Amino acid sequence: MSKSIEAIDLDVYYGSFLAVEGVNIRIEPRTVTAFIGPSGCGKTTFLRTMNRMHEVLPNATVKGQLLLDAEDIYASGVDPVRVRSKVGMVFQRPNPFPTMSIRDNVLAGFRLNGIRMGKAQADEITERSLKGANLWNEVKDRLDKPGSGLSGGQQQRLCIARTIAVQPEVILMDEPCSALDPISTLAVEDLIGELKEHYTIVIVTHNMQQASRVSDKTAFFNIAGTGKPGKLIEFDYTDKIFSNPSVQSTEDYITGRFG
Amino acid sequence: MSQTETRGSAVAQTTDTEQPPVDAPAGVPLDNRSGRFGDRLFSGISLAAGIVILVVLAGVAAFLIRDAIPAVVASPEELDRDTSFWGYVGPLVAGSVVASLIAILVATPVGVGIALFISHYAPKRLAQPLGYVIDLLAAIPSVVYGAWGALVFGAALVPGYAWLSEHLSFIPIFGPTHSTTGRTLLTAALVLAVMVLPIITSLCRELFLQTPKLHEEAALALGATRWEMIKAAVFPFARAGIVSAVMLGLGRALGETMAVALVLSPGPLTASLISTGNSTIPAEIALGFSEAFGIRRSELIAAGLVLFVITLVVNVLARLVVARYKDFSGAN
Ligand SMILES: Nc1ncnc2c1ncn2[C@@H]1O[C@H](COP(=O)(O)OP(=O)(O)O)[C@@H](O)[C@H]1O
Ligand SMILES: [Mg+2]
Repeated sequence: MSKSIEAIDLDVYYGSFLAVEGVNIRIEPRTVTAFIGPSGCGKTTFLRTMNRMHEVLPNATVKGQLLLDAEDIYASGVDPVRVRSKVGMVFQRPNPFPTMSIRDNVLAGFRLNGIRMGKAQADEITERSLKGANLWNEVKDRLDKPGSGLSGGQQQRLCIARTIAVQPEVILMDEPCSALDPISTLAVEDLIGELKEHYTIVIVTHNMQQASRVSDKTAFFNIAGTGKPGKLIEFDYTDKIFSNPSVQSTEDYITGRFG
Repeated sequence: MSQTETRGSAVAQTTDTEQPPVDAPAGVPLDNRSGRFGDRLFSGISLAAGIVILVVLAGVAAFLIRDAIPAVVASPEELDRDTSFWGYVGPLVAGSVVASLIAILVATPVGVGIALFISHYAPKRLAQPLGYVIDLLAAIPSVVYGAWGALVFGAALVPGYAWLSEHLSFIPIFGPTHSTTGRTLLTAALVLAVMVLPIITSLCRELFLQTPKLHEEAALALGATRWEMIKAAVFPFARAGIVSAVMLGLGRALGETMAVALVLSPGPLTASLISTGNSTIPAEIALGFSEAFGIRRSELIAAGLVLFVITLVVNVLARLVVARYKDFSGAN
C-alpha cells in the first residue's frame, strides 16, 4: 500500500523566484523521513510538490521529476486530483472543516469525491480511522458535534484521521505539532510511530529532538542567503545526521552554531 | 483593592480611584485620563446614535400606525369600493411577493454563479473588470431601469410571452392571453432580478474571497476537484452570508418603487404573469399617493405598513435560518 518517493533534479518556483533548487532524494516505503533546516529554506515548498499542492498557489511551478514508485506525478496527463488522493497531507495548523461534525470530517475524503456508502460502512471507516489516529476514545460519544469544538491536539489528530480514512500511500506532515502543547505533541509522535507500519511518512519539523525521536532518516535543507534558492544539503540515517554528519553546515545547524 | 486585581482588570475599570501598580514606569501614569475621556465620549456618541435610530424607527412606526388605522377599520362603503381594506391590499401583497420571489429565484443562482466565477474561476485579468461592471449595475438609478424595462426589455420579451401563451397556456401563470406591450408582472420581476443581482453578486464575491485558505487546501489535499472544494469549504463558510445577501436582495425587491411603477401596467390580480394586470404595493403607492386624500391616503399608508411588516418578517426569518447553523458556522 505504501510507496517510495523519488525526486530527480527538482526545481520549485514561485513565479520567477527559484525557491528550491536541484533536489535529488529517494524515500523508502514504510519509513519516516524528517525534513529539518532553518526557516525559509524551502521545506514546506518542497513538501508541497510531493502531492502537487504547490501549483494551487498562483504562478507556482515545478521543474524536474517526482516519482511515486515508478510513476512521475509531473508527467503530462497526470491528474493532480488523483495524486492528492494517494498522497495525504496534514497541515501546520489543524484545519478540520468547521461546518462538519467529527464523523463527517473523518468521512470528508469520501463525501468530497461523491462516494456513497452505507451507514454500517461509514461507521466502520469512522471508527477505524479515529482509532488509527488515537482519538476514538476521546470522541466516540460526540461524533455528531462540530470538529471545531475539539482541542488543538485533538483537531490535529482528527485531521490525521481524515487523512488516513482514504488510505493514501504517503502521508506528508508540515510541522504538525508546532501549534500543539507538549502532551498533544507526544500523542501525535506516538501516532507517527504506529502509522509507519502502513504508510510512507514525511514530516517537516523545527524541533530536532522530534526529528530524532520519530524519524528513520533525516534530510537537512539550507539556504545560502535571502533570495537564494534552498537546497538539500545532506540526507542520511537520523542517527548518523545527529551524531556524525558528513557536511559541516549540517553539524553547525545540529549543534546550534548556525548563524 | 489589591494591586494585582487593579492590573488584571485595568481595561474594565471605569473609576479612577485605584493606585498605579508599583512597577509602572516613572512618568507614565497608567491612569490615563485623556484616553479614558475619549472612551467615554465615544461610548456616549454610540449610545446617542443608537437611541436616535430607535426613536426615529418608533416614530415612523407610530406615524404609519396612526394614519393607517382609519382605513383598516373602515367599511367598504367608506372606502368607496366593494371590499374591505384587506380585500384591497391582499392582491397587492400577492403581486409584491410573487414579483420579488421570482426576482430572487432568478438572481440568486446567477449572482452566486457570477461571484464564484470571479472569486475562484476567472483569471485575475478578467475577474477584476467583471467585478467592476457588476458593481456598476448597482449605480444605475432605478428610474433608468424602469424606463429600460418598459420600453426595451419588455418589448423584447413579447415574442417569448407569445410563445408561452401559445404552448403553455394550460399552466395558469402563462395564460390565456399575453400582453402585447410586455409590461407585465414577469417583466417587472426580471427587471427586479437585474437590480438585485449586483447586491447578491458583490456580497457573495467578498464572502467567497474570504474563505480561509486553510480549509480550501484541506479539501484539495483530500483529492477534491475545484467544484468539490467549493462545496466543502467555500459554501459552508459563506452559507450565513449568502442567506443575508439574498434577504437584502429580497428587501430591495420588495421595496422597489420606481422601476416597477414604470414597467408594470397595473391592473387587478390575475394568475397570469404574462398578461396585463397585477400590481405591487410600492407601485400602487407611487402611482396613487400624490392624488390621494383623506381615507384614500390612509389606505395607501396602511398598505405601506403591511409592506413594512412583510420585510420585518422576512428579516426575522433570515436571522432564524442563520442562527440555526451557528454551531457549525466556524465562528467557534
Ligand atoms: N506563497 C509564496 N509566494 C512566494 N514565495 C513564497 C511563498 N511561500 C514561500 N515562499 C518563499 O519560498 C521560500 C521557502 O519558503 P518555505 O518553503 O515556506 O520555507 P520553510 O518551510 O522551510 O520555512 C522562502 O523564501 C519564502 O519566502
Ligand atoms: Mg514551513
